[in-house]
Amino acid sequence: MARKSHVQTTINDETVEFLCEPRQSLLEVLRDELHLTGAKEGCNNGNCGACSVILDGRLVNSCLVLGVETDGKSMETIEGLADPDKLHPIQDAFLENAALQCGICTPGFIMSAKALLDNNPNPTEHEVRYWLAGNLCRCTGYDKIVRAVLDAAEAT
Amino acid sequence: MSEKKEYKVIGTRPIRHDGVDKVTGRAIYGADFQITGLLHGRVLRSPHAHARIVSIDTSHAEAYPGVKGVVTAQDLPAAEDKMADLGEGAVNLKYLCDNILASDKVLYKGHAIAAVAATSPHIAEEACELIDVEYELLPPVLEVREAMEPDAPILHENLTTSSLGDEDDKPTNIASHLQHKKGDIEKGFDEADVVIERGFVTGTVHQGYIEPHNATAHYNQDGQLTVWCSTQGAFTVREQLAEILQYPVSKIKVVPLEIGGGFGGKINVYIKPVAALLAKKTGKPVKVLMNRADVFEGTGPTPASYITIKMGAKKDGKITAAQTSLAFEAGAYPGSPVGAGAMCVFAPYNIENVLIDGYDVVVNKPKSAPYRAPGATNAAFGTETVVDELAEELNIDPLELRLMNGAKEGDRRPDGPVYPRIGFIETLEAAKEHPHYTSANGKKYHGRGIASGFWFNIGLESSVTINVNPDGTINLVEGSTDIGGTRASIAMQAAEVLGIPAESVNPTVVDTNSIGYTAVTGGSRTTYATGYAAYEAAQDVVKQMKARAAKLWEVDEDNVQFADGEFSSINGKEEQMSFRDLSGKLSQTGGPVVGRATMDPAGAGGAFATHVVDVEVDVETGKVEILRYTATQDAGKAIHPSYVEGQIQGGVVQGIGWALNEEYIYNAEGEMTNASFLDYRMPTCLDLPMIDAVIVEVPNPGHPYGVRGVGEVPIVPPPAAIANAIYDAIGIRMTELPMSPDRLLKAMGKI
Amino acid sequence: MPVIAIPALIRNLTDGEDSVTVEGATIREVINSLEDQYPGTKAKLCDGDRIHPSIGVYINGVLTRVAMHDPVDTDAELHFLPAISGGGGSS
Repeated sequence: MARKSHVQTTINDETVEFLCEPRQSLLEVLRDELHLTGAKEGCNNGNCGACSVILDGRLVNSCLVLGVETDGKSMETIEGLADPDKLHPIQDAFLENAALQCGICTPGFIMSAKALLDNNPNPTEHEVRYWLAGNLCRCTGYDKIVRAVLDAAEAT
Repeated sequence: MSEKKEYKVIGTRPIRHDGVDKVTGRAIYGADFQITGLLHGRVLRSPHAHARIVSIDTSHAEAYPGVKGVVTAQDLPAAEDKMADLGEGAVNLKYLCDNILASDKVLYKGHAIAAVAATSPHIAEEACELIDVEYELLPPVLEVREAMEPDAPILHENLTTSSLGDEDDKPTNIASHLQHKKGDIEKGFDEADVVIERGFVTGTVHQGYIEPHNATAHYNQDGQLTVWCSTQGAFTVREQLAEILQYPVSKIKVVPLEIGGGFGGKINVYIKPVAALLAKKTGKPVKVLMNRADVFEGTGPTPASYITIKMGAKKDGKITAAQTSLAFEAGAYPGSPVGAGAMCVFAPYNIENVLIDGYDVVVNKPKSAPYRAPGATNAAFGTETVVDELAEELNIDPLELRLMNGAKEGDRRPDGPVYPRIGFIETLEAAKEHPHYTSANGKKYHGRGIASGFWFNIGLESSVTINVNPDGTINLVEGSTDIGGTRASIAMQAAEVLGIPAESVNPTVVDTNSIGYTAVTGGSRTTYATGYAAYEAAQDVVKQMKARAAKLWEVDEDNVQFADGEFSSINGKEEQMSFRDLSGKLSQTGGPVVGRATMDPAGAGGAFATHVVDVEVDVETGKVEILRYTATQDAGKAIHPSYVEGQIQGGVVQGIGWALNEEYIYNAEGEMTNASFLDYRMPTCLDLPMIDAVIVEVPNPGHPYGVRGVGEVPIVPPPAAIANAIYDAIGIRMTELPMSPDRLLKAMGKI
Repeated sequence: MPVIAIPALIRNLTDGEDSVTVEGATIREVINSLEDQYPGTKAKLCDGDRIHPSIGVYINGVLTRVAMHDPVDTDAELHFLPAISGGGGSS
């Protein structure tokens, strides 16, 4: 077994330190070492987007990032999105629009939507669809997800 | 049409009760479960599609540092060749066990052979590579028609064709034959002015839920086995574990965690018994997770099929005869949904003369599992395409032809039973009046298609208990895992009875030790049957609370009535008290009130849908673009319309994927060559327009609020509707799924 | 009296009849009555003293989970069809 590396990073505005093997992905670190299980493993090869997090302002599939690569970086995960007393407007919009069924893809979609709205606060429907095309949902047919993101854009 | 009843809660759109947990990442799904001392399991799978296992040597894996235990089929109790009853149906126990860990033969690439428990998932994976398996390779058979040939490679030497009719004792891959016959088929075709006959091929497709299968198991020292997992039915898991492990149900507790999609694919167990065997062997809790390739190669897809459809009609549009042969791939073990396909194939139409033959055929692919209206989509692809062609030949609008022949209350379904009140005609009328259908359609390479579908829906057992809280809220305890918002749709039915807001119900899904038997979340049954149980449990609460009010008011129980959330006395004394206020007085009137109900309702009521789609065909690339989609569906009564729409939209999009892209691609050796989400291409949001879901409400007489299951039927019409639209666009009948660019280019003669 | 619709594949046992009027007030009695009229039919529909697990019973058009002792109305129409499990919509 390879020696573990010490990594210091910022997650949801908190400094976090962890040890990880060089082969462990960021997704494994988040879930197995830090118990931040909001990011989900759907495919482990960057096709489904269920593990989406925002790393230094950029939307990434955490299954395609190594844990050791996050040293000195800053990331946002689904667990950091809501305030203690209120949800983020994207989260509210997902609930209002019934934009989730089983909910397994939901954290990934919300993080992708957050990255989109951070970059483009007033997207068109096509831009929303283009931006979210890296996230797979098998339950909803996407209709209500797209509406939720458009609603969230209006609310923010 | 719809019977207009006034409801306070039903038909509204409250925020779902589990919503906040699911948008904040706090909800615990199967793979998220953690427990102290956890080991990680990994399954070794067959690289071959068909081979005899000569030997398995696990010694190198067992010696690998970090490995705590290795199991093979030897660790399973010897399975008898007998039928095991598993709630929803009967299963051959040897087949069930052999699909968990192969004992003598591997029957598909991905077939589980052995499993390792180790201190990390990586070590378990590495140790799997150290297991030496010696195989004697056998030729695979991968296609249903080839598997039916007399000289085809045989999967099971002792399999003979079972049939209600004469038995044949020759080894075969045809596991069963079924038949429905109505009227005189020859006479029916003789009467027809137009007869169309075509053959259809559908590909192997996967349910495609985003969450891979998972299980964590632990044996206590007292023999109590606990399994934490995501599943469509905790009790079904308990039954399967009891049969496979030959262990008493009383010693098994299954804890259903949140589930990331199922669509029928999370009813059968795969790695749950393996986790239990590893836990037994190591004395530690063991978590086993599948990766995506495991899911594609090791879990049930829905079968590929070959279907012939022959239909005849008179000039006036009357369909006089319909005949079909449905050959479905069961996968490695018998049990395809051909029975359901046979039930649904001509179900939307009232036809006097029908002959339906169905064949369940084993092939060297993973054992098929239910997938949303299993069998019905395959069948409807054939029927609805031929109906479209009949309409064209007869020069009748395809929607009108369906209206002329559509099944109504009192008509006899082709397999025999007479329909109760159904809403097929209403879905056709809703489609006909929709601005989509009346809009212009005529641009070059643009086309419009319609198709309809039927799914019978099921009832089965559900249990609900309701605990009344002193503040007028209730805690509702249920056993139906919530895959698509059913906590809300079940809670709303109890709330309606009690005259309280949906938010005053706390629904909780509990483990198998904590609620009465509840069948799977599947068959479009949950809002119907568990909702019915919630309705009855709430009625039980009302009955008990009437007695409490009677006590308080010192009147006879019969003189207390309940309406709109208020108890009041009749016949003399003027008393009134809200549900909430009376809830606060339970401790003074005899203690807690617990309502309970168990149901096994028979009147699920079938569901019908009619879809309209516009497509554009790119004649250079063969790509089909969905321009506009409208789905009308009879929901009976939509409890939470947003989630009904969601079911429709989701089903439609799965149907679009099945129609245009999705299929297992095999090489000659029987290896699936596209076992990833990159190469098995499910629709993304960029591939789609908004899906207009139109809810039609023809109340189901078999439910107090008229609910019909809505989850399954929306996947049935899309492939045929899209095929009909492609025909309208380019004049070519596509008879093979998926209608992918290469198949379109071939059909257009471009490659 | 109850009527049993005869599954297509066993109509060879009923001289081609597709429905048979039977006597009986329970599932067991009607099946026994059918067996009396057309020997061999019971073995197709039952597995010992229970409905064969691969068969679903429809009473008056509705799939009904019945046991042999369950009552049957005098005007009931019974179908014995292949039992099919439901699949999974997501709810």
